Amino acid sequence: MGCGLSENSTGFREGRLAFKPVDLFDVSRQRVSTAGQAELPDSLPYVGRKEWSRMDRGTRMALISAREALEAAGLAGGEMPVIVGTSAIAMPIGEQYYRQAVEGGSTRGQFLRVETYQAQFQMTAMMRALKVRGPLRIISNACASGANAIGQAYQMVSEGKAERVLAGGYDALSQLVFAGFDSLQALSPSGIPRPFDAARDGLAIGEGAGFVVVETLESAKSRGIDPVASILAYASATDIHHLTQPHPEGDAALGTMTRATRQAGLEPEQIGYINSHGTGTPLNDVAEARAIARWAGASTGRIRVSSTKSSIGHLLGGAGSVESVLCLLAMRDQFLPASLSVREVDPVVEFDLVQQPREAVVTTAMTNSFGFGGANATLIFQKEAQS
Amino acid sequence: MKPIVIAGVGAVSPAGWGVDAMMGVVDSDTRPELSELTRERKSGPLVVTSVLKVPAAKSKLPRNPRLRRVSPISKFAATAAIEALGDDRIERIASGELRLGVICALMNGCVNYSNRFFGEVVADPSVASPILFPETVFNAPSSHLSAMFSSTAPNDTLLGDSGELFTALELATEWLQRGDCDGVLVVAPEEIDWLSSEALKLYSKNYIPAEGAAAIYLEPGDSGTPLLSIPDPVSLPPRENRVGAIRSLITASGAMDDGDTLLSDSRVSVAKFDQPENTAFSRWSGPQISVKKSLGEAFVASAGFQVIAAVRRLEAGQAKRAWVNTVGGNEQVAGCWIGQH
Repeated sequence: MGCGLSENSTGFREGRLAFKPVDLFDVSRQRVSTAGQAELPDSLPYVGRKEWSRMDRGTRMALISAREALEAAGLAGGEMPVIVGTSAIAMPIGEQYYRQAVEGGSTRGQFLRVETYQAQFQMTAMMRALKVRGPLRIISNACASGANAIGQAYQMVSEGKAERVLAGGYDALSQLVFAGFDSLQALSPSGIPRPFDAARDGLAIGEGAGFVVVETLESAKSRGIDPVASILAYASATDIHHLTQPHPEGDAALGTMTRATRQAGLEPEQIGYINSHGTGTPLNDVAEARAIARWAGASTGRIRVSSTKSSIGHLLGGAGSVESVLCLLAMRDQFLPASLSVREVDPVVEFDLVQQPREAVVTTAMTNSFGFGGANATLIFQKEAQS
Repeated sequence: MKPIVIAGVGAVSPAGWGVDAMMGVVDSDTRPELSELTRERKSGPLVVTSVLKVPAAKSKLPRNPRLRRVSPISKFAATAAIEALGDDRIERIASGELRLGVICALMNGCVNYSNRFFGEVVADPSVASPILFPETVFNAPSSHLSAMFSSTAPNDTLLGDSGELFTALELATEWLQRGDCDGVLVVAPEEIDWLSSEALKLYSKNYIPAEGAAAIYLEPGDSGTPLLSIPDPVSLPPRENRVGAIRSLITASGAMDDGDTLLSDSRVSVAKFDQPENTAFSRWSGPQISVKKSLGEAFVASAGFQVIAAVRRLEAGQAKRAWVNTVGGNEQVAGCWIGQH
């Protein structure tokens, strides 16, 4: 959708689709040839040429997003733990290493590829570029990774283990992952995902990063910063039904939503917006819709829900954090991003599916993230009054 | 703060399936037999890499649909986990009496299936196997563990260099202090193939790539080896003074060399990478153990073996406390202090 909060807010308010032909690797033998591919700058003024050249595509996106989060928080680096979610790490570099190794001959450049393939190498490089120092935690819970990172940052700060934490998630497009989802026939053949549509036929892969600075209210206010929102709750659970399929009734999703609202001291009808996991696959959406209906009960019809994956695709390890940031934008700019491209709403949907962007009063927002392997996470945010 | 103890350990290593097999090799200061990974290239001679593989053995894993098609890393993880938990706890987990959290910490991840799957993608992505892909994700082993034990409690997978084990232990204590679960299984599984083994040899020809899994079960209470402290890891930027990083880590932990503290270090018989610990611990007066000299380099699993060896030595009364020290490859120096208060 774009680089930065402003471009993203505008794009989601206008209901844009961000899918385009993939030109990062060969897709000529795949069933699908489009994705939510991001446009990135060729360089950044605050990163040296050598450092930039060693950063993979995902880290570059993470760096841009993390720097914007720090700037918004009035910070220019400093001591803080960093918690990052990623699923694919620097896979394109690993793919280069593989290709050259198989071809044989020279090992030229292979050491650097091995080193820069590793997530911890990339994230410590990002921290240096941001002038951030502190312990690094990299979570790889598939598509819930980014939400887990923000949730664990919230726990760390709220329990007094850190004054502030830089947290987020990222993933870039890679051939292995793209081909993987294609092999599972999980990608929409049209390239346009339709979450919660009765005839939905799969997801679209996307790429991106989202970061936030999580800190105590006192700490933010002491620097004269108006926080965007408070984190009210975080809950995680494990869906053990199947490695790649959710429990059909959404048991684990129901568990995290229920525990999160209880932790926040809210009733379901007090949640102003849900950014759903909403991948657009037949199994995910029906499980999530059932979980929301079980969770909200008689209030289900008043719960406003959308899937922003309909606009930008599934960002995998970055999904939970980018969708958290979209919840913050919804509250900051008072609108609801939409589930686009829906032609006929699936009968399982009992909630208010937001099919076009809407101006709206949004003071609380929830985001759901469910990953391969059964990692489920729910976060709840509340808009902070601006001084 | 509730006291947290290491209440069970399990291991699959190049020495065999079980902690006893591992300690047999470590205690005798020997090394298991090397094997060779060979592969052809499109051009050039065969590539041969000497490695320490987990010896083949008939599976003792329970019948479970999740474990039917898994790669070696998940088999190692499951076997070590069962050993660490023991039959009684496994029954209590199954009955819902004990809520089990699972954390896997690893660096290499599921390289066998990733290698095979990407090979198929390179050959022709339109026929790449959908069976392989799900097993390539980093959190496949931890997901299988939760499923195997029917546990819906939190489950995380952490990535990093060898020192990531201690972040996993720290996260486990957070869960236990918060009451998210009653016990936490921290598992460090790693597997090798030609891809990862040749990659390690790019760092030094003297490295012996290895594989296996270490499982460490933590719970509140006093029945086990107390976890005294896990200091924040010290980051290792390029050209960082690693000796200084080790010293500041130990200072932060509260551990000290009092003659009765075992040092379980990460030296691996590769001079360049052993140098920081050679210097930092040149005057260590207590007993010492370097499991990687016997078991090779298995990344996060190696750090787990270090902890397990320290626990066993403490149980044998060879020291009162142990400082476990791991110098990671490119992220951190990390460790933990365990034993009597």
